[in-house]
Amino acid sequence: MLFTSYSFILFLTVMFLLYYAVPKKCQWMLLLAGSYCFYAYSGIHFLAFILLTTVSTWYSARRITRIQEQQAAYLKEHKASLDKEQKKRYKASMKKKTKRWMLACILLNIGLLAVLKYTDFVISNINGIFHTGLTFMNFALPMGISFYTFQSMGYLLDVYRAKYPAQENAAKFALFVSFFPQVIQGPISRYNDLSGTLYEPHSLEWRNISYGIQRICWGFFKKLVIADRLLVAVKSLVSTPDEYMGVYVVLVILFYAIELYADFTGGIDITIGIAQVFGVKLAENFERPFFSKNITEYWRRWHITMGTWFKDYIFYPISVCPWMLRLSKKSREVFGKAIGKRVPVYLATAIVWFTTGLWHGASWNFIVWGMLNFLVIVISQELEPLYAKFHNRFHVSGKTWYNAFQILRTFWLMGAIRILDVYRDVPLSFRQVGSIFTTANWNELFNGGVMRLGLTMPDYLVLVLGALVMLAVSLAGRSGSVRDKLAAKPVPVRYLVYYVLILSMLVLGAYGIGYDSSQFIYNQF
Amino acid sequence: MEALLEILKGLHPEVDFETCDTLVDDKILDSFDIITIITEINTEYDVAVPAEEIIPENFNSAEALYDLVERLQDED
Repeated sequence: MLFTSYSFILFLTVMFLLYYAVPKKCQWMLLLAGSYCFYAYSGIHFLAFILLTTVSTWYSARRITRIQEQQAAYLKEHKASLDKEQKKRYKASMKKKTKRWMLACILLNIGLLAVLKYTDFVISNINGIFHTGLTFMNFALPMGISFYTFQSMGYLLDVYRAKYPAQENAAKFALFVSFFPQVIQGPISRYNDLSGTLYEPHSLEWRNISYGIQRICWGFFKKLVIADRLLVAVKSLVSTPDEYMGVYVVLVILFYAIELYADFTGGIDITIGIAQVFGVKLAENFERPFFSKNITEYWRRWHITMGTWFKDYIFYPISVCPWMLRLSKKSREVFGKAIGKRVPVYLATAIVWFTTGLWHGASWNFIVWGMLNFLVIVISQELEPLYAKFHNRFHVSGKTWYNAFQILRTFWLMGAIRILDVYRDVPLSFRQVGSIFTTANWNELFNGGVMRLGLTMPDYLVLVLGALVMLAVSLAGRSGSVRDKLAAKPVPVRYLVYYVLILSMLVLGAYGIGYDSSQFIYNQF
Repeated sequence: MEALLEILKGLHPEVDFETCDTLVDDKILDSFDIITIITEINTEYDVAVPAEEIIPENFNSAEALYDLVERLQDED
């Protein structure tokens, strides 16, 4: 059930009416029932997978908390009789027990994700290398499995780290895993951020409803007016790559960057807006990423909840694990301090980007995409002293034109790496980017070439205006909530904006609300 | 504390680590810096900082970081 389908809008309306009609203490139960109905709509048999993750994580986390409570009680009771060494040994033995539960649960759930998502990728590589004819398994992927698995594993690791105790109520935990607005494409929430707002009773508040609907409409506008329109041109450009080289690849970079931004941020706007209508506050996933001045900043501002997930649960644990510290010490002895201290950071970064690539999809395109990100990050890090010298020598830091240069450089660099998403394989992606420098066909931009991509002149006009509106809203958002600013305007101005937004969504939407064929790009991850 | 301040100044000579208490909040230290600090602490103090201790409160100031090192040494 796509967010942009009539059936979803009907489902949402029924949920909304029931939510504020049932007794407040039952609201979270209604959300759970709704979330499971929504999930079952994608295929009733898929419920088994989300249930397995829910039950295994809930039970393991509870066992971990029990062991931690036992430990605290024992240490309190025997405070006087145990010496430091005995306490240390006891803590180590209890830690080992919690670790067993944590590892078993991770192995089960990540193993399940890996089998479903990567089996065919492994088979295709085996067939390619050894010229075998192994048949593909063609497993159907349960909706949102990458998102809900990561969210659940984050919870498990937090409980293991004793950040908070496990949730006792299995049904409440099931809602955390399956909450319908976010189960398809995130944001990947943290239990301690979401649980309070998810389970507490909510009264009907005009502000939540109004702000939530505004955010939903803004998301629909981005998705239907901009992303789905650009999708037509991007599909034309990448489906016959031999025909569209040189300047057309520049268009792919530009169009796909804007399409993905409008699609993913639009989807997240709809998600956060829906949650707000129910009084639930979800984490923000973007902070004007296209204003980033370097790649590290870009990744702090794009898909924030995924970035922080990888940082907290993969990058840090790998960087500081005992074998990494030993490797760092050894590297210092062999290569000297300067190189030795880089070893854990760069090795962990490489692992994170390899995993991030794999998380996005089972293909070499995504793995190479991840490793290119890693490469650019390492090069930027190594060139940092050189940049600092340059900035000091020419006093360019903070200058508007230099900021603009840095922003554009980051935008095009990230865009060039990102086109690995759209071309069918890695060599083709590299060939296409290379053709920008070898195919001199810039004149085709002005002799009707762009009119063959499936879009008309009014479409381009809508796209330019739509992109300018997105830019204006982004700029306005730098100094505070755009909806707060709008709320402060006189009633006629406010309603004119609402009216134009809704009308443009209905009239200018590439296919209009209810059109089912173009799913959100991140749904497939 | 002197050794810790030297580690920090080696990363960002321009920062006054004796007074600054928003090292993470103000994004002065990034994740690369934090890992470098942890490996240097491991070498200097023979203390392993576990991943669960990598939270802003422990890295926002030199003093907080030193308290963490002392606490971990004590637990050892």
